[in-house]
Amino acid sequence: MFKIVRKEELVPSSVILHEIEAPRVARKAKPGQFVILKATETGERIPLTMADTNPETGTVTVIFMVVGKSTAIFSGLKEGDAYTDLIGPLGRPTDIEKVGHVVCVGGGTGIAVLHPIARAMKKAGNRVTTILGARSENFLILKEQMGALSDTLIAMSDDGSTGRKGFVTDALQEIMATDKPDLVVAIGPVPMMRAVSELTRPAGIHTLVSLNPVMVDGTGMCGGCRVTVGGETKFACVDGPEFDGHKVDFSGLAQRLNAYKAMETEAMAAHRCRMEAQMNQLEKQA
Amino acid sequence: MQESKKTPTNRHPMPEQPAEVRRHNFLEVPLGYTEEMAQAEAARCLQCKTPKCVEGCPVAVPIPRFIRAIAQGRFAEGIRIIWEKNGLPAVCGRVCPQEIQCEGQCVLGKKGQPVAIGNLERFLADWERNHGDGSLPAKQPSTGKRVAVVGSGPSGLTVAGDLVLKGHGVTLFEAFHKPGGVLIYGIPEFRLPKAIVEAEVSILEKLGVDIACNTVVGRAVDVSELLAEGYDAVFVGVGAGLPRFLNVPGENLIGVYSANEYLTRANLMKAYDPLYDTPLVPGKNVVVVGGGNVAMDSARTALRMGAESVKIVYRRSREEMPARAEEAHHAEQEGVEFLLLSNPLRFDGNSEGRLTSVTCERMTLGEPDASGRRRPVPLEGADFTMDCDLAIIAVGSGANPLLTSSEPAIRLNRRGNIEADPATGKTSMRGVWAGGDIVTGAATVILAMGAGRKAADSIHDYLMRGW
Repeated sequence: MFKIVRKEELVPSSVILHEIEAPRVARKAKPGQFVILKATETGERIPLTMADTNPETGTVTVIFMVVGKSTAIFSGLKEGDAYTDLIGPLGRPTDIEKVGHVVCVGGGTGIAVLHPIARAMKKAGNRVTTILGARSENFLILKEQMGALSDTLIAMSDDGSTGRKGFVTDALQEIMATDKPDLVVAIGPVPMMRAVSELTRPAGIHTLVSLNPVMVDGTGMCGGCRVTVGGETKFACVDGPEFDGHKVDFSGLAQRLNAYKAMETEAMAAHRCRMEAQMNQLEKQA
Repeated sequence: MQESKKTPTNRHPMPEQPAEVRRHNFLEVPLGYTEEMAQAEAARCLQCKTPKCVEGCPVAVPIPRFIRAIAQGRFAEGIRIIWEKNGLPAVCGRVCPQEIQCEGQCVLGKKGQPVAIGNLERFLADWERNHGDGSLPAKQPSTGKRVAVVGSGPSGLTVAGDLVLKGHGVTLFEAFHKPGGVLIYGIPEFRLPKAIVEAEVSILEKLGVDIACNTVVGRAVDVSELLAEGYDAVFVGVGAGLPRFLNVPGENLIGVYSANEYLTRANLMKAYDPLYDTPLVPGKNVVVVGGGNVAMDSARTALRMGAESVKIVYRRSREEMPARAEEAHHAEQEGVEFLLLSNPLRFDGNSEGRLTSVTCERMTLGEPDASGRRRPVPLEGADFTMDCDLAIIAVGSGANPLLTSSEPAIRLNRRGNIEADPATGKTSMRGVWAGGDIVTGAATVILAMGAGRKAADSIHDYLMRGW
């Protein structure tokens, strides 16, 4: 069992932070690597890239958005509760090198994944510009932390509540014109990573993206997470999760992410029904 | 026993679920012998003085001795005779290819039908599980030595069992959340009920083996770190965990699975059980590519998941098919069709990227290739297309590089398999042994167990005497 020592709702009932006791993983994990979590005997194995690790306390931190039944079950776990299974660290760590000017672009819970990478990039002596994107200020996570470790922080939102209105690509375009990056790291929803990659491609700016496809074992055994990169089939769990954004077949990735969408919607609806029935039951008893 | 020498008798068939019933459920297909059936079958054994059957067994189970015990109704003693050489009899009785091993050597088989050794082994293991007093094999006093066994499949379980009995401390590391390796994730419930694997594993736990699930050696910890942490020896039995694909267009469409993924979702993750959250693409028209046991397992699983039609597509003919005859027969009985001398050229899908059809070429057999089997050659202009919404690729597994790439001191062959001494299992890295599919490439449960047995003997020797 893997105990949750800290829980935060970064966005109420939508984006959840869990800090989990897993000493072996915490000791070994590097930025860019992920863990697989499972909360119950009958539950799914869900891969989540770590937002932070602390070898001293022996804990790893994950941040996830509630999108289906499995993440809904995860979000129901409180401080002191435990995951039945935690496997990691998995995947290849990010190549951290001093290249000069690194622009880190994050969207949604991708910001959580970006966090340890941006920190390591800064520590390696790079100048780090961070561009974050969200629907509005309320949905923007880790703004302070990212601001603290970046030389420059730009927070974009659909409604301008974060300070600037527009897409992350708007901000990136300006930077590319005035202060050309040596490396772009883009982590977020597939359309965002694709848009960033398309923008940097003509300029020839090396662009890393971190993929989170459906997977089972995370050790290269099942091949469920295969993605086409540069015309070749790669397994995101062992060859990635990071790849050259200019080579990733994002359309294929987006399609495969929808493999179980109908089943997931059904499972989520059934889960909600059950939860509501339980709540009604509790209210009646009260 | 004398009687059978005069009049050869047919073997007693094991009762099984009718094909029409079982193709809709995940319960075990063969139902097992009753005590009467087992004793009658055991009475057929000639008790040869130099038993060929034992020579045919990779772990040299004293077969005539345990069969004699059954014939005489001494079941508790019989299982303990098997345990001298085989710690997983309930598993081996079910999944060993007896027809090319013990039973293939049986003298009775020359003129008639060999003794049903596998069925009898299974009978004793099941009898012990249901009626035994739970007494465990005797353990040697503690040696104070510690061994790390990496991978909890057939070879790892054998090494762990052998060494714990010899008094060594054993930790069994497993990457998945449940121990058993291919016995849990690969072989389906209807062929090997998971409760049986769990029972065999729990015997090891009762003997004192420490099982560390969720631990990916090569990522969470390296082999050299295990040695540095105080393990005196490491056995690597991580299996053949790298799925092969066909490398044809459309293979990444939704609905195309590796057999590894399909079976893992169905078996380990219990996709067939509505209580579990595991999703699996429900196939109406299913195509399974390959002709081995894994292909048969995949096809029969797809049937039970509700498929309307399941076709095995295999590029050679029935004779070259590597699956056990019994498995192919069971699949056929249940309604799996065999599309022989056919080879997929491409998969096609709809606008959502979901698989809708497969196009195959027809083959003919040419000259024998390196494996001695006749090489399939495509026939021009005979391509055909079938509707297909679920395809399972079961054309074999290679060596997974996750552990080996983290430990350069372990020498590999060209195919990425670990080079290990066939007699001892020793690798090129001091204190490290290997066995099973990671050494041989994908093979059988019992061969992996045989390799585990040799490695365990060698590790014991090393722990007591040195490298």
